[in-house]
Amino acid sequence: MPALTGASTRTRVWIIVLALLLLGGGATAYTLRAASGRDAAAAGTADPRFALAAGGGALYARDTATGRVARVDPAAPGGRVAGGPVCDRFHAAGDTALCLRRRPGVPARSYVIVLDRELREVRRMSLPGIPSRARVSASGNMLAWTMFATGDSYARSSFSTRTSVLDLRTGYLVKNIEQIPLTLDGRRYHAPDVNYWGVSFAADDNRFYATVSTNGRTHLVEGDMATWSARTLRANVECPSLSPDGTRIAFKKRVSDGPREPWRLYVYDLTTGREHPVAERRGIDDQALWTDGETLAYGYGGGIWSVPADGTGAPRQLARGASSPTLAD
Amino acid sequence: MYVATTGRPDAPPAPSGVRRRVPGTVLALGTVSLVADVSSEMVTAVLPLYLVLGLGLSPLQFGLLDGLSTGATALVRLLGGATADRGGRHKAVGGLGYALSALSRLGLLLAGGATGWIAGAIGADRLGKGVRTAPRDALITLHSPPEDLGRAFGTHRAMDTTGALLGPLAAFALLWATADAYDAVFAVSFCVGAFGVVLWVLCVPGRGRTPSAGGPEGRTARRARGGLLAGLRSPGYRRIVGCAALLGAATIGDSFLYLLLQRRLSFDATWFPFLPLGAAAVFLLLAVPAGRLADRLGRRRPLLYGHGALALAYGLLLTPLPDMVVLLGVLALLGLFYAATDGVLMALTGPYLTEGRQAGGLALVQTAQALARLGSAVAFGALWTATGPETALVAALVTLAAAVCCSARLLPRGVAAPAGPNAPEPSERTD
Repeated sequence: MPALTGASTRTRVWIIVLALLLLGGGATAYTLRAASGRDAAAAGTADPRFALAAGGGALYARDTATGRVARVDPAAPGGRVAGGPVCDRFHAAGDTALCLRRRPGVPARSYVIVLDRELREVRRMSLPGIPSRARVSASGNMLAWTMFATGDSYARSSFSTRTSVLDLRTGYLVKNIEQIPLTLDGRRYHAPDVNYWGVSFAADDNRFYATVSTNGRTHLVEGDMATWSARTLRANVECPSLSPDGTRIAFKKRVSDGPREPWRLYVYDLTTGREHPVAERRGIDDQALWTDGETLAYGYGGGIWSVPADGTGAPRQLARGASSPTLAD
Repeated sequence: MYVATTGRPDAPPAPSGVRRRVPGTVLALGTVSLVADVSSEMVTAVLPLYLVLGLGLSPLQFGLLDGLSTGATALVRLLGGATADRGGRHKAVGGLGYALSALSRLGLLLAGGATGWIAGAIGADRLGKGVRTAPRDALITLHSPPEDLGRAFGTHRAMDTTGALLGPLAAFALLWATADAYDAVFAVSFCVGAFGVVLWVLCVPGRGRTPSAGGPEGRTARRARGGLLAGLRSPGYRRIVGCAALLGAATIGDSFLYLLLQRRLSFDATWFPFLPLGAAAVFLLLAVPAGRLADRLGRRRPLLYGHGALALAYGLLLTPLPDMVVLLGVLALLGLFYAATDGVLMALTGPYLTEGRQAGGLALVQTAQALARLGSAVAFGALWTATGPETALVAALVTLAAAVCCSARLLPRGVAAPAGPNAPEPSERTD
């Protein structure tokens, strides 16, 4: 190094100019290649003839290859018909479908798109964040979604979640349910780090279950839209999913502190207060879906799997290259 | 006549004041910092998006990955400082730090989806950042006339912040142009970082080229023995380290201020990332004037006033003033706080450093401050949880006021007790 600083000013200037040309050229070339290799994002709307099938309980999911919502159909070529809208996260129930679609660019923003049974757009909002969870209540009246928010702190690169609730009957939107009065372990609770995610509605369109995280712990929280209050029921529960009969909750339980497979899928019985793991032993990071009263479906490793809810049996793959399972009934 | 113990003996006895030029070395160091910061802030801005969206990591995994390397930085900084001091290898150690950070971008690019490699790359970047800071600041100290240290550090910090402002903008522009091609951001960041290393190698003189006033290099190396903490034997330096820790422990951390602002104003979260840009812009504008003022008034006063500005920012959040006034006021005061303290603390420390132990001495001050800030952030978070934001803010305000009062008594007034034979006489003017 001293030899180089000892070089004449002229030599140094030439080396700098050369480095500038080489590195600048390399950077420009790489950027141009990256820009040309990508087509402009498709419009992302559904094919006109692609709708949610009535009856039969067909399984729908996001097709990883195209990013579009597909009907899983073993008879079709490739095992699916991908004619739906482009979504990163999708859920449907009743006469409503909810599609979360990220917009490219920074800061992160996403579209929240409400669709009817024919997958025609009813309402569209643009909100900050990255899609994480989407749920529609059984009646199709209540919608909830969770986004990861980035940049809460510029210096630290951490995430927090924002969960919103939309009542389609009144059009009333709660952009962030964080301010809901929370009772934790029986006491009114205030903290700056309270985060909610993974809402699941009860059949009455009023009660809901969700995850609340604070102080490094997660809790199952039961919320009430009418009284606008929430209370925690038990600890170490994430992404609850209420069974169709409203008696059990499937959830993610943290079983390891490491980054590898930290969660297991459990089912909690609201009447007896007992929980048991399902036969899936791998680390599931998804909000499970009850495909009927006895079976759960979830995404893992780029595919969709299913397992009995009672802890028996073994996991079974329903579809490859897919995520965000939902059922049309 | 001030004995230029840590400055260039060959510097002409230029008149003090506005017209004197900032040493070329400081400008070179500032340019390298600017380029390197563009490179590193580009990656910082997109990394969370890349890991979670691009690779599908859960935020939990990301948090673990991110936290993994943060704790080690303080230790690495001390290590970098101590190594640089041994035989005056500031340039080599600092260059190694810059090179390591630049190469980490290549690691991100080549890692693909492998979590282990990504963790390694992030760790290498942090390691590089920790290693290079103290040697770089030591070089600024070594190549500036002691009476101009404030301005030298102010100039350097202004250039550094410019890079930090440009980095995210460059990354956002790239993502926009390439429709979210994260690899392009890493590739460009690597090229920019590599250019920074080239500039460092070619434009930054090593320690060896400017023998100290004390005598030939060999003598400096001999005197530097005695371990990293040897400098603490000098009461002036010891007090500065203590005050850095004390004041650090009384600052609650920017993220809390931004969170408080957002709660108060309840604006769209999209704009959240832009709050720090506002504070950084003020920092950028005021860094040089604050440094210059520090050279004229003595450096302890700007340091104390700067923390006073921070206390005002806390207070402003408690007042019922209109939201816009609070927002602009807090951002301006926060920028002023950084301008009046960040480089000024280094400039204040400069004259009290043991000859041949500059990098280690500065590293110790920075580490003490960083660790104290870490602790105070945890404490403030806990207090907020226990008593609510207002009470916590009042407590922070009281603590900060107390810390400023204590520091006003403790900080050396410019007459440092000798650290040993031939001890540097501080060139700080009394105020």
